[in-house]
Formats: sequence, structure tokens, C-alpha cells
Amino acid sequence: MPPIPGSGLAKGLAVTLRTMTKKTVTAQYPDVQPELPPRTRGVIGLFEENCTVCMLCARECPDWCIYIDSHKETVPAAVPGGRERSRNVLDRFAIDFSLCMYCGICIEVCPFDALFWSPEFEYAETEIHELTHERDKLREWMWTVPEPPALDPGAEEPKEIAAARKAADKLAAAQAQAAQQQAAQQEAEGPAE
Amino acid sequence: MNDVLDVVLRLVIVFAVFMVLPLVVGQTEHKVMAHMQGRLGPMYAGGFHGWAQLVADGVKFAQKEDIVPANADRRIFQLAPAVALLPYLLVLVAIPIGPSEGAVGQVVDAGIFFVLAVMGVGVLGSLMAGWASANKFSLLGGLRTAAQLLAYELPMLLAAASVAMAAGTVSLPGILNAFEWWWLPWQIVGAIVFFVAGLAELQRPPFDMPVADSEIIFGAYTEYTGLRFALFLLAEYAGIVVLCGLTTVLFLGGWHGPWGADGLGWVWTLLKTAILAFGIIWLRVTYPRLREDQLQKLAWTVLIPLALAQIALTGIVKVAIQ
Repeated sequence: MPPIPGSGLAKGLAVTLRTMTKKTVTAQYPDVQPELPPRTRGVIGLFEENCTVCMLCARECPDWCIYIDSHKETVPAAVPGGRERSRNVLDRFAIDFSLCMYCGICIEVCPFDALFWSPEFEYAETEIHELTHERDKLREWMWTVPEPPALDPGAEEPKEIAAARKAADKLAAAQAQAAQQQAAQQEAEGPAE
Repeated sequence: MNDVLDVVLRLVIVFAVFMVLPLVVGQTEHKVMAHMQGRLGPMYAGGFHGWAQLVADGVKFAQKEDIVPANADRRIFQLAPAVALLPYLLVLVAIPIGPSEGAVGQVVDAGIFFVLAVMGVGVLGSLMAGWASANKFSLLGGLRTAAQLLAYELPMLLAAASVAMAAGTVSLPGILNAFEWWWLPWQIVGAIVFFVAGLAELQRPPFDMPVADSEIIFGAYTEYTGLRFALFLLAEYAGIVVLCGLTTVLFLGGWHGPWGADGLGWVWTLLKTAILAFGIIWLRVTYPRLREDQLQKLAWTVLIPLALAQIALTGIVKVAIQ
């Protein structure tokens, strides 16, 4: 059946009228904060207690926007007669967000989990060099990092927990075995008394 | 003295309506259009859902410099916005909104003639602007306006003539006094022709070829800025009010309603006008712009035959019921 003449026009009117009754998509941003997904790449936070100044992030950064300065400190020997150890102390950790392209490679390569994505995005500045944020600011952003999203139901448990559980199981088994042995020993000694 | 006071009062009221209703329509357009496109529209000006957006726009326009291009025909260029706007004010004087003597600015015996003639003058404003701007886009816009006026004035007149025939009078209150509810289906084709032709005369989308901004910038208004530009915009919205009011009076029975005829007639008029104005906004959001040839084709091959058929039908029924 051929379409009724003018049915397209009516359809068009219906579409606009239906849209009018639906909820709008406008985000009223400064008044209402956006609901960002947990993995949003807003800014990079530094958990500086974890940083060992290994420089991997600075070296892997494609546009060289991470600045790290450090010095070595000598830690006295832990036991008498032992050897003195040296340890890196972080002096400066800065990320130039005017260069950063938010690739996240630094976060991926960090072997000590010192860098994290934070959804925080309101750090616009009026001067370009003010976009180089130093370690205190990066540390502050660490507080805005959301906890990692929950695993999917039925997913393999995290490696850390699996390893810990393995160790705990081993320990428990050893303890159980020891207790059993002790009990057997006591039983063996029992009649003799 | 009392007569003078009466006249002054009427003029003041008509002027107030003339200043307020177009702004209301404009604000409604902001909001309705936004929501039809899944947006919110103005939200800040005035605090509550941007109700004062158009006031803010007006203030902005008033602050702008009034520029006249060097090669423009100065006097004509400056006069054009007034020519575009004032006719609608004059038309508003003659539109009755209620049955009583006090509900119309001035009863004009040849109401339909007066109203349609004066509305036609409004388009001259665009023509003057287009010619006087010394700008090729303005000129193109002006000529398109002229072509559109030529094409659509005729069906509009014919449709209005049909109502005049049905009522046996050309006075607007006279037509309304003669109105019966069954005129609605009887004159429906005429009503649609009148409304569509009026829409085209106002250069509202989808008939906005003369101001097609993607082709000729803003047509005849390209060179205008500041208050004069605001006057053109105001003329467009005043035109919507006038067209909706006229359609209400001629075809939808004005102050007649299913109930509450005594004293509340003006509510009916305003309600019908508001619904039609919403329809105009709705059409604008829904349909893309007609091409120039489609525009002419619609007028000459669809609207005029329809209007003539309506006149024939009116004549036949008129003779049959006598």
C-alpha cells in the first residue's frame, strides 16, 4: 500500500511533539556536577608514598611531561655490622598538563601503583605554565580517586587475594598438621602414663 | 474629554498588548523549540527558567551601535524597521477579542480589507531594507520577499473572502456575530490556506527562504544591527500574534466557545490564539525550509486552487441554506 500523502509531515510533527515530552539531555554543568564513570581520565593523581623514583613513568611518557627530581640518602645498617643501604628520596614530581595527552601510559607502567586516574577535571588555569602541577597538588588529587569498581560476578579473584589465600591455606594446613601430630603424640604417650 | 480619555486608554492597552504578547510568543518559542530538540533553552536570565531572556536581549540590542552602511540609502534604510513593525500595531487595533464594545481597539467597518491591506504593508519594510542596504544578500532577500508576498497574498485574500461571503459582512465583529459552530468544518480548508499563506507572509520557517541564513546570511536584515534589528525581530513576533489573532477571529469563532460565553469571551480568543502560536512554533521546529521553487509551487498550484474551491463551496452552501 502506498503511504498516505502527507503522512510524512504528520510523522515529523509527532517526532517533535514526542521529544518535547521527554526529558532533556542538557547538562547544567556548573550548577549540577556531571556523573562521571569511575574510569574517567580527568587528572593524574600521585600516591607519593608508593613512588620509588624509578623514573619509568617519566621515561615512558610520550610527550615528556613528567618532571622528577630526587636525591639519594643513606640509611644506616639495620643490624650491627651490616651494610649501609641507599634509598631514593623524591624531591620533585610534576606533571605538565598542558603537554599531557592523557594516554595513561605512566599509570600503566608504574610498577608500584603510585599513579592513578582521578575523575577530577576542574583544574583550568589562566596561564599555560600554571598547568604544571607539583607533587602536593598531585597528592591532593589522590583523595579524589574513586575506589576500583567491583569485579563482575563470577570473575576470577584478584591476583593479590588469590596469592594471600594460597599462603593462608598453606599456613592453616601446616598448623592443622602440627596440631594433629601433637594430638597423635599425646595419644601415643597417654597410655604410658 | 471623556472621548479623548477613552481613545488614549484604548491605544495604551493595544500598545501594551502589542509590546507584551510578541515577547510572550518569543519566550515560548525559546522554550518550546528547546524542549522539542531535547534542550532546556534559556535558564539564567531573570532567575526562574530564563523568563527574562528577551528582556535581556532587548537591553543588549539597545546598547549596540546603530550602524548604517556607507553606501546605503540612509533615510530608507533607517525607516524600514518602522515600516515593518507599525502595520502590525495598526492591525491589532482592529482585532476584536471579546463581544463587548470595549474589547476591540476600534471597530472598522471594512475590517477584513483594512487588516489585510495593512498587513501587506508590513512586508514593504523588508523590501525597503533589502533595497536600501546596498548589499547583494539583502537585495536577494528583498526580492525573495517580494516574490513570496506576490504568491501568498492572493490565497490569503481569497480565503478571507470566503469567510466574508459566509458572514455577509466584512466587519470583523460582524463576522464573529454571525459565527456558528458548523462554520468550522465548512471553512476548514479556507482556514488552513489562510494560516499557511499568513505563515509564508511572515517569512516564518518553513517559508523562510527570504532570510535563509545558510544561503543569504539574513536576507534583507543582513546589514541591520542594534535596535533596528530588534524591531525587525519584534515585527516577526508581532506578526505571529496578529496572524494567529486573525485566524482565530475569521475561522475559529473568536470569542465563541463551548461554555462561558458571557464575559469570558476574551479568554477563548486568547486561548485559540495561543494554540495557533504554538502551532507556528511547532511547524518551525519540525519542517526544513522550502526551496524557492517549491515555495512558489505550493502557493500557485495548491493554495490558490484550494482557496478557489473553498469560495465555490461557501457560495454553494450559502445559496443552499437561504
